[in-house]
Amino acid sequence: MKEMTSIFDGKAIQKWLIGLVVLGLSASVLLPLGQLFSKAFYNKNGQFIGLDNFVTYFSTPALAGSLNNTLYISAMTTLIAVTLAFLFAYALTRSGIRGKRVFRAIALLPLFAPTMMHGIALTYLFGNQGLVTTGIFGLLPFQWDIDLYGPVGIILAEIVYVFPQAYLILAVSLAFADYQLYEAADTLGANHWRKFFVVTIPSVKYGIVSACFVCFTLSFTDFGAPKVVGGQFSVLATDVYKQVIGQQNMTMGATVGLLLIIPALVAFVVDRIVERKQHAAVTAKSKPYRIKENRLRDLFYYILCVSVSGFLLLLMAAVVLASFIKVWPYNLTLGLDHYDFSNVAGEGIEPLWNSILVALLTAVIGTAVTFITAYTIEKSQVWKGLRQAGYFLSILPLALPGMVIGLAYIFFFNNPSNPFHGMYGTIWILILANVIHFFAVGFITATSALKKLDPEFEQAAESMGVSQTKLLWRVTIPVCMPAIVEMAVYFFINSMVTISAVVFLYAADFKLASVSIVNMDDAGDVAPAAAMSVLIVFLNIIARAGAEWIASKLRKRTTGSYQEKGQVA
Amino acid sequence: MTQSYLSIQGVSKRFGLFAALEHISIEIDKNEFVCLLGPSGCGKTTLLRMLAGLEQPTTGKMILGDREITSLPPAKRNIAMMFQSYALFPNLTAAENIAFGLQEKKLGKKEIAAKVEEALDMVDLSHAAAKYPSQLSGGQQQRIALARAIALSPDVLLLDEPLSALDAKVRQKLRREIRRLHEQYGMTTVMVTHDQDEALTMADKIVVMDHGEVVQVGTPEEIYNKPANPFVADFIGAINFFEYSRFENAQSDPNRLLAIRPEHVRLLQQESECAIPATISEIEFRGAFYRIFLEWQEEGQIKNELLTIDLIAAEAQRLGIARGKKVWLEFPLENLLTFEHAPTIEEQE
Repeated sequence: MKEMTSIFDGKAIQKWLIGLVVLGLSASVLLPLGQLFSKAFYNKNGQFIGLDNFVTYFSTPALAGSLNNTLYISAMTTLIAVTLAFLFAYALTRSGIRGKRVFRAIALLPLFAPTMMHGIALTYLFGNQGLVTTGIFGLLPFQWDIDLYGPVGIILAEIVYVFPQAYLILAVSLAFADYQLYEAADTLGANHWRKFFVVTIPSVKYGIVSACFVCFTLSFTDFGAPKVVGGQFSVLATDVYKQVIGQQNMTMGATVGLLLIIPALVAFVVDRIVERKQHAAVTAKSKPYRIKENRLRDLFYYILCVSVSGFLLLLMAAVVLASFIKVWPYNLTLGLDHYDFSNVAGEGIEPLWNSILVALLTAVIGTAVTFITAYTIEKSQVWKGLRQAGYFLSILPLALPGMVIGLAYIFFFNNPSNPFHGMYGTIWILILANVIHFFAVGFITATSALKKLDPEFEQAAESMGVSQTKLLWRVTIPVCMPAIVEMAVYFFINSMVTISAVVFLYAADFKLASVSIVNMDDAGDVAPAAAMSVLIVFLNIIARAGAEWIASKLRKRTTGSYQEKGQVA
Repeated sequence: MTQSYLSIQGVSKRFGLFAALEHISIEIDKNEFVCLLGPSGCGKTTLLRMLAGLEQPTTGKMILGDREITSLPPAKRNIAMMFQSYALFPNLTAAENIAFGLQEKKLGKKEIAAKVEEALDMVDLSHAAAKYPSQLSGGQQQRIALARAIALSPDVLLLDEPLSALDAKVRQKLRREIRRLHEQYGMTTVMVTHDQDEALTMADKIVVMDHGEVVQVGTPEEIYNKPANPFVADFIGAINFFEYSRFENAQSDPNRLLAIRPEHVRLLQQESECAIPATISEIEFRGAFYRIFLEWQEEGQIKNELLTIDLIAAEAQRLGIARGKKVWLEFPLENLLTFEHAPTIEEQE
């Protein structure tokens, strides 16, 4: 330990770490992406053909049609989800309604579920045998068929999927306001609408822009929901899957993959610009927003929140119920039959254990790697240029849809001349794909936690003759613990629900729960698919609750007020 | 020349083309309390960090006792530093913060505990041993940071603007506290500040710095009463500058400046032999005294700059000062300062 310390303190170890970070990220992000890009410009026999693949793509109506379909889905989803999420976030930050914590918890519920589950829930409500479609199995005097399978179903499922993400972004924007601007507007005689358009909207415009891009990108690249409720309506993500897995047409898969990446890249660039501008908006002198009493407004928002969260709960309830009902809709008795996965297409309960293993390993490895990366980039003093490169590589995964990562990894790791070829088909490639897929968020969380630490800590330790390693263990890591727990649970939950990257990478003898949901649903075993989804949600809620419990313990130990101060600053 | 305890010899520091410090030489005696005073950006903090070993000088050397410490790492210098933000570790209690540096020295557990207790006792915060920094007030945090630095029994204690983050009342109290600790334990102390009052009240010796250079070194009284140049005169306390011509009746030399502090100007109600007429133009009530701004004429010309004088409240009431009142001013020769004409602070900016 003593020897380690002396090495670590030197600039040499910093250089080693920076080198390792940049090299590791290049190997697991840049090289695979390069493979993907080049594939799109070659034909099946490996000859360079320039843009021919794209020409083929746009001249094949079946393929080009999906691009239109996907654009339509994403635009509609974004429009509706951002509007709803804005109103919902406004209700929870700027109105006087009761039960805000409950509404917030319900709004975040979809984050715990794989996107297939939203599709399955819609099937049970609006599908051919759905509760609403059949008027609760004929109990109601009317029936309502919304023509679920196709764009309607996909858009509904995507709205549910992206709603919590948009809500989180907008809630943060709305939470920061300078009430003095409203008071100033009052004294200048501005009415309600004028204040809304002159003060509120400008102060949250970056949040809205950001939410729009996130919603558009997520719905543009999602695979799970269209797979379940898409019917014959094809979108880019399902096309990639069909081309690569169904027809083994790798070059066309890569071509579609490139199209998939475009909105994410644009979003990435816009987000960088927006982030830079957002900083100066709130100063230390700003006053927090004060909610005035207004019954009518509260009533409106209360109805809105009840409807939105009621719908989300209804979806959840439908899936839970369906997983317990013996034969929907003919035998409505309850039982645990669907939780015995041995006789359905999903190949037993094994995939769930596999998923838990992958999620746990991803959580541990991902948290460790992202924290070390953030620490290296934030706290070392050498090689500024390389550190900036490392920072860029660390947030670049924000621009990479899971499907693109999955595709790029096939091309990269399935190449026998790659020294890492051995990883292909093992659990490790799944973990690597997950770590990279969710890298940026973990990295940003760790970086902002590290940035909150007083930069004088390092100097204080140095002047006391305390090594940086000891400072790291005794102070830096303990103080960052809440962020570390948050990162771990983020990696865990997302690894449990993700389908997009892993659908290309899992081995035949090592299926994941999300994959088995798709397989079971494909084979018509919808109820067991629902049951598997319920198990995933259940485990994720336990993970989240555990994290909250640990966080509250930590807060008690380090007395909270420091953390809160940090949050505001 | 007697050997001083801490000797800074010809130290310079360049960041690229920018010279942060230019050829600084300062001698500091054992047990002395020295303040580095200057406007922000004058290089005083850089100099302090160099003493701590957090920065390396470009040229020059530093000697502590009989050791050269110029290129020693911070840990090997036995110099403790208290940081501007205190840099208390938020996840460690007050006692653990103090013990943090002690644990690196080869000391027994009991010895560390005893030293921690002694340090807490010293700053009168024994009852706060188990509290976390966030549970302490700003002043208490400052004292814990001070205790943490002193607990290491350093040869030199460095303080980087130790009071700047506190409100006025607490600051007054802690000034005396730090001074008391210094007198009691006698450690050689170097403190950086931009607050002239702090420097005047606390220091044995003040080093005034500007633009990376030492402008004047002296006791607080010397600095205040005999400033070496207009910059020092202007930076420390209030002062009036005027041309040389009016006084010393003979050779008017445009390159000489006269100056006088506001409290040294005598205000009369009647004309006297060497008094100058003036008119009161503004009055500020400052509690114990009035600060009065006057228009005055020099050789028939009205000066654009107002003259500032301070008058004890009782005296001002006795004289019945009021705006627009005509008065006469006397400038006692023993209080007049003369300088080579050099730019003052305002002119620099």
